[in-house]
Amino acid sequence: MKEFFHRKIERNAIGFVLAIVGVASIGGIVEIAPLFTIGETVEEAPDMRLYTPLELAGRNIYIREGCYACHSQMIRTLRDEVERYGPFSLAVESQYDHPMLWGSKRTGPDLARLGDKYSDAWHVAHLINPRDVVPESVMPKYGWLMRNELKYDDLGLHLAAQRKVGVPYTDDMIANARWDAYGQANPDSSYAQGVAERYGEATNIRVFDGEPARITEMDALVAYLQILGRLTDAAHQTAAAAAEE
Amino acid sequence: MVSGLTVSERQLSLVVLTALALCGLAMAAAGRADALGIHGFIVLAFSLGLIFLVISRYNDPEPPTERLSRYYDDPTKVGIVLTMIWAVVGMFFGVWVAALLAWPDLTFDAGWASFGRLRPVHTSGVIFGFGGNALIATSFHVLQRTSRARLPDQFSPWFVLIGYNLFCVLAASGYLMGLTQSKEYAEPEWYADIWLVIVWVVYFLIYIRTLQRRKEPHIYVANWYYMAFILVVAVLHIVNNLAVPVSFGHAKSYSLFSGVQDAMTQWWYGHNAVAFFLTSGFLGMMYYYLPKRAERPIFSYRLSIISFWGITFMYMWAGSHHLHYTALPQWVQTLGMTFSLVLLVPSWASAGNALATLNGAWDKVRTDATLRFMMVAAVFYGLSTFEGSFMAIRAVNSLSHYTDWTVGHVHAGALGWVAMITFGSLYALVPWMWKQERMYSPKLVEVHFWLALTGTIIYVFAMWNSGIIQGLMWRTYNDSGTLAYSFIDSLVAMHPYYIARTVGGLFFLAGAIVASWNVWMTIRMARFGQSQESGADVPVYGKADAVQAGE
Repeated sequence: MKEFFHRKIERNAIGFVLAIVGVASIGGIVEIAPLFTIGETVEEAPDMRLYTPLELAGRNIYIREGCYACHSQMIRTLRDEVERYGPFSLAVESQYDHPMLWGSKRTGPDLARLGDKYSDAWHVAHLINPRDVVPESVMPKYGWLMRNELKYDDLGLHLAAQRKVGVPYTDDMIANARWDAYGQANPDSSYAQGVAERYGEATNIRVFDGEPARITEMDALVAYLQILGRLTDAAHQTAAAAAEE
Repeated sequence: MVSGLTVSERQLSLVVLTALALCGLAMAAAGRADALGIHGFIVLAFSLGLIFLVISRYNDPEPPTERLSRYYDDPTKVGIVLTMIWAVVGMFFGVWVAALLAWPDLTFDAGWASFGRLRPVHTSGVIFGFGGNALIATSFHVLQRTSRARLPDQFSPWFVLIGYNLFCVLAASGYLMGLTQSKEYAEPEWYADIWLVIVWVVYFLIYIRTLQRRKEPHIYVANWYYMAFILVVAVLHIVNNLAVPVSFGHAKSYSLFSGVQDAMTQWWYGHNAVAFFLTSGFLGMMYYYLPKRAERPIFSYRLSIISFWGITFMYMWAGSHHLHYTALPQWVQTLGMTFSLVLLVPSWASAGNALATLNGAWDKVRTDATLRFMMVAAVFYGLSTFEGSFMAIRAVNSLSHYTDWTVGHVHAGALGWVAMITFGSLYALVPWMWKQERMYSPKLVEVHFWLALTGTIIYVFAMWNSGIIQGLMWRTYNDSGTLAYSFIDSLVAMHPYYIARTVGGLFFLAGAIVASWNVWMTIRMARFGQSQESGADVPVYGKADAVQAGE
């Protein structure tokens, strides 16, 4: 009887290695590579704006504290999700998110459209002790955000690294990153004007944590939470267009 | 440990450790204004400690050349001890984070003790600490036995084992400081990732070098799985961790991909970490220790081939089922769902092959808790792969995704399959390694079995209940056509299940502690009692029986 073909493969270690790598690579190549080349994967959104340095710092705090473990930022195309959270998420909305924070679990609610839903004061109170504003909440307290001064002197480096991975920050933005972070949380300072010039008039420029004297991690995180879902209007336009049909 | 190395290997270790110490020093200096500096000091202290150890034993006599006619098991022994330590640590953190969801104030007013930072300590602690050490330790054992060849040298297995544990320490301590890339199961930052690549290359080289020196003409099926584990995890790890650090003085990095491409890459990684770390590697374990312990040949060689190539090919397509109804293009979602369904075939082929191997040995399953661990593991493997395929169906996923059902599913696999097959294999392996007839206390193995099974069932049932209730509450409408429940209503409904899952976790942790005690006492027995030198366990062709398929 002819030898079963697999018996030959089993005798050749290098061949076996190459076979494993070859067989295992196909799925990823077919599914991932086209996502970079097919144009319609990510929608066009001309009004899409970038995270300001303060918001980016807030986003890094969101990552540092592991908020993504309990909160998603991805509203699915299901009726109950759209009615609960708002228009479903579009790919373009996380176009500049390195990494994405879509999440995988909702121990707490989705945050994709959190921006402008609550006041800054609500967020500050909620982060200091969630049970003060939502008695049934199981979220941890984040009191240290108010105590820790924000480290913002190196935000220029952060913006430069973001540019390396494809976010279109300008030289001007990179050079002024730390002053823009300061100015965004100090509307009365001379640095505030530059933020609006570089990131648009719609940028939130205010004292986020209620304490004008210091720039805290709370300032940064609340600034980030208040911009969630507000980088572009594309999702609302898509929803409106669908409603008209 | 050191006295098993030749003098030139001791010199090599000193060179490598000095290089590592210098890396630590450079990290500490460049990252002095950043958490990177603390990791620099950890690396420095770690390598200096080992340098001290090597120097203190530097003048010990060299191992005799006669060693080359025996297997090299010292790294496996240390690996087993590390496995048990990580099991207790990882599961302890699991119980803690579970308790935090029921009693959120069960924490200190400190960043390191908050849920978001502790959770990856749990996941990495059990997956990489417990699971990874178990895979490394058993793979060295299985590789040598099934190849009838000694590991190629004495230095590189230690490099892999100790280097891998350095990675685990950097990962866990980093999370406590808030260092994370946020990619689930790929949280460690760029420098830890680079280090793991170096360790992994050496691991692969050990494998291939030993296989090239094998005295068996055929590569045994367990080694196919261990190789797939090593190779594919390398591919996944490198692609998903591509990132640009802020600077060489910053621990923080930004991932190369963004948005939808990043999500797809992450879940291609995430799902295949399950496939090739938590499935493939542990199937390698099962294909050796189960037939050995049952003293039965593997039921079917052909089924092994079908399931091996099926798993290797199809799993890599399935990741996108984590992204149903999201902004990921629908064609990718559909492909992911389709392959997830077909994946049931090779998965059940493996589970069935394992159970059919027990035919003729079912009386042993009744009396031998060690074999029963492996049997239950195969059953849970079958159950959770069925559940996985089911949950990958878009309509089912619309309910299950984002809920505790996913958590329940993962734990059915992690507790029921991964941990059970590991404990079963270790209970078989420990007496062999320390040359004892049996574990210190077979009764405690029995106790552990029931603790583990009870804990798993409580946990999984709690999460099924909470997940399905959660999913249904989110989508329930009342008569007027509006959503019936607020989000917080669903959270309140979870409370009893969160308590139940904590209890389930406690049972499982208690079992792991019992196991650690039992392993420790077996080692002590070997140290102070007699050992049973079995003459058969040497790399000689035709003498010891390597595992063979039944047909």
